[in-house]
Amino acid sequence: MKVIYTDSLVIGGGLAGLRVAIASMQRGVDTIVLSLIPAKRSHSAAAQGGMQASLGACVKGDGDDEDVHFADTVKGSDWGCDQHVARAFVNTAPKAIRQLAAWGVPWSRVRQGDHEVVINGKKVTLTEKADSHGLIMARDFGGTKKWRTCFTSDGAGHTMLYAMDNKAIQMGIPVHERKEALALIHEDGVCYGAIVRDLITGELIAYVAKATTIATGGYGRLYAITTNSVVSEGIGNAIALETGIATLGNMEAVQFHPTAIVPVGILTTEGCRGDGGLLLDKDEYRFMPDYEPEKKELASRDVVSRRMTEHMRKGKGVPSRYGDHLWLDIRLLGRKHIEKNLREVKEICEYFLGIDPVEALIPVRPTQHYSMGGIRTNATGESPTLQGLFAAGEAACWDMHGFNRLGGNSVAETVVAGMIVGEYVADYCGANAVNISTTTIQHFMKREEKKITALLFRDFGENPFQLKAEMQKIMMDDVGIFRNAADLEKAVEELKVLNQRAKRIALRNRISSSNPELVEAIRVPKMIKLAQCVAYGALLRTESRGAHSREDYPERNDRDWLKRTLTTWTDASADLPELTYEDLDVMKMELPPGSRGYGVDNTFHHPDTAKREQEIEALKRDNPGADRFELQEMLNPITIPDKFKGKNERIGRGFK
Amino acid sequence: MNDQGRILKFQVFRYNPQKKGDKPRMVTYEVTEAPGMTVFIALNDIREHQDPSFQFDFVCRAGICGSCAMIINGQPTLACRTLTSTYENGEIKLLPLPGFELIGDLSVNTGKFMRAMSERVESWIHDADADEVDFHRLEERMDPDVADQIYELERCVECGCCVSACATKRMRPDFLSAVGFVRLARYALDPRDKRSDEEFYEIIGDDDGVFGCMTLLGCEDYCPKDLPHQTQIAYLRRKMALVR
Repeated sequence: MKVIYTDSLVIGGGLAGLRVAIASMQRGVDTIVLSLIPAKRSHSAAAQGGMQASLGACVKGDGDDEDVHFADTVKGSDWGCDQHVARAFVNTAPKAIRQLAAWGVPWSRVRQGDHEVVINGKKVTLTEKADSHGLIMARDFGGTKKWRTCFTSDGAGHTMLYAMDNKAIQMGIPVHERKEALALIHEDGVCYGAIVRDLITGELIAYVAKATTIATGGYGRLYAITTNSVVSEGIGNAIALETGIATLGNMEAVQFHPTAIVPVGILTTEGCRGDGGLLLDKDEYRFMPDYEPEKKELASRDVVSRRMTEHMRKGKGVPSRYGDHLWLDIRLLGRKHIEKNLREVKEICEYFLGIDPVEALIPVRPTQHYSMGGIRTNATGESPTLQGLFAAGEAACWDMHGFNRLGGNSVAETVVAGMIVGEYVADYCGANAVNISTTTIQHFMKREEKKITALLFRDFGENPFQLKAEMQKIMMDDVGIFRNAADLEKAVEELKVLNQRAKRIALRNRISSSNPELVEAIRVPKMIKLAQCVAYGALLRTESRGAHSREDYPERNDRDWLKRTLTTWTDASADLPELTYEDLDVMKMELPPGSRGYGVDNTFHHPDTAKREQEIEALKRDNPGADRFELQEMLNPITIPDKFKGKNERIGRGFK
Repeated sequence: MNDQGRILKFQVFRYNPQKKGDKPRMVTYEVTEAPGMTVFIALNDIREHQDPSFQFDFVCRAGICGSCAMIINGQPTLACRTLTSTYENGEIKLLPLPGFELIGDLSVNTGKFMRAMSERVESWIHDADADEVDFHRLEERMDPDVADQIYELERCVECGCCVSACATKRMRPDFLSAVGFVRLARYALDPRDKRSDEEFYEIIGDDDGVFGCMTLLGCEDYCPKDLPHQTQIAYLRRKMALVR
């Protein structure tokens, strides 16, 4: 049995995983990163538009600060997020971006003087201040009050990931590539690493560690059409679920991005609309102002995706062989702007659509994009139920996004969570030892070996590619943007059948080394379980919140549903997961539930909401001299490592 | 594009070094073309419906991550964004990218090569203060044009097309190649990196570095991101020639 020991094992080599590994190494903790692919190829690289951080250097960011970013994030989440975590996040984001600047990200910078931009379909001249010249620039994004999304053209994720991986290389952090974690090793409620398969040789290796961090990204590939990379299959979530101890949070919270190209589902960044792009229907009519007169194309993602779908249902979509779509129009931004700030978008249009977006309309449609759900963690990033298991980034339900993530907050989360969780991982490694018997390691190793052997020796059975396609179709048809009981019940039942069928997979290519069919056979049963968590969670949540939109329950129902879904799968032979709920405590909210300002507000309010509002009013009245930091400390004290507690400086404002 | 769907003929290199007795060979697969079909879609179709042992690498499938470079009808390029309709006679020949360790079929180990490249050129900001930066304070200012110029060179996706298209690399196994030059040029341009020209010379001032380049410029011709390799190699060469 091959066993590799380390202190801090990180599964996933994207932005979040690398940042946790860097934090471990900085603290002198031995660390190894496992990755399916070379780290620089991780899906983090596909983030185009940018990273939110309230630096407030550009003129349209003037007046921005942590409080404004916090309010945007909480509203964006439809009050489904953990406000302590959201607060820790917004306070740390400016530090994260400045650290990345020092580590080499070539953020686009403010240029003093006049520049022309497009706002609400019209050309406007903005004048940047001389004293902001050379500081980090920001662009507009959906659901934000200020221009807060910092960027490098539309390759922000790429430059961030390159800087992060280069930092990891500088520090000598080993990344074991082409390795897949199959199962977590745990004993008495404590996690000690993972059983890992080498994707080239097929060898199984036990990686034994004090702390294990899962940073494997989202589960977009549960859907047939998604903007996500082909490795975003949720396997990190699934191996946590399969412990029967760790919980997954809010798995039904799945985001659809308004503008992926048709038919292939590749993303065109929200920056297209942030920079002034418009959405048009089959008559080339700009329809968003009719639905959302205030924010128009720059309403929150979930809102825009729903409005687009509604509009297409009215027969206003552009018919095509791949079904209806709408148009994204960035022609008005002009060639110079597109070739400088939207060049990835331009390349994608040229290669995949054969059009030049400077002159032609881009066919787009809302498409699966982001997983708000994931491994439930507390504010330190650790699973509340399985000690020693941490999660960060999209794989986690750390829960700063609730039921809808704002554009620009995902890469921001990866880095900020990596910083914060990384410190707690290092603390944990310092305070704990590996107390696990070889027998236990062997037990997990044997179990995984047995599963693979069974797959290799079964003569007849199901085709894993076929099962996956059926699952992806169910999720597309019945667990999409608009949901209802009938569709969801159907999905839940059909997925149960798939789950049973997935127990009888047989291979045509029966070798244990490098074998794509075996990889599929190992992953597909896990993916089906996750799909069941999403569909079942969506069926039981009888309200609409953020991206979870029920046609039969259109109201946001704070009274009964201001709670987080927790999913476990304790009995491996059961054909459904177990769901419980954890309440969000209104009396601890810095920003009590209110209206997001979209459409009609038909919220069923929580009885504590008015009480908390009065309490906050009284507290402000009783502390007339308190500044915003003191007020926040009274309303929403947060858990955060000491090194991130300092105030953030802004140009023209100092540390106020 | 034909709605009926013509039959594409894929001639593909197959060899699994992990499998005892396996021999390199070319295998032909037929696929019915669909509208907008890319090589990514076609290869997955072959794997799912004809041969589940078929190895190749894709991640983003959007031309962003650099995983899927291979030789398509004699030219190195990104398979994910290559439309099958590009090839009028419907015949597509696929070979793994040369210059890299073969994993199997069309899959090569670019990751190992690129990590070694990054270590060799020390692909990070050299500044003792970078780790001590007080991130509560305003970031260091940068000229907006310089930031844009750095991004221009930072757009490399480490796909390896330049390496496979490089004649010098064929003759000199340790030749750094354009991917390494452009990375180094990116840091040489960056005011945050405090390395001197003498220090850069230590890395590329020999025949396995910038002086070995025969200037055939396959890198410039085949870079999927249209990076200015020619200019950068010339720039580095002049800069290095001035050092001694």
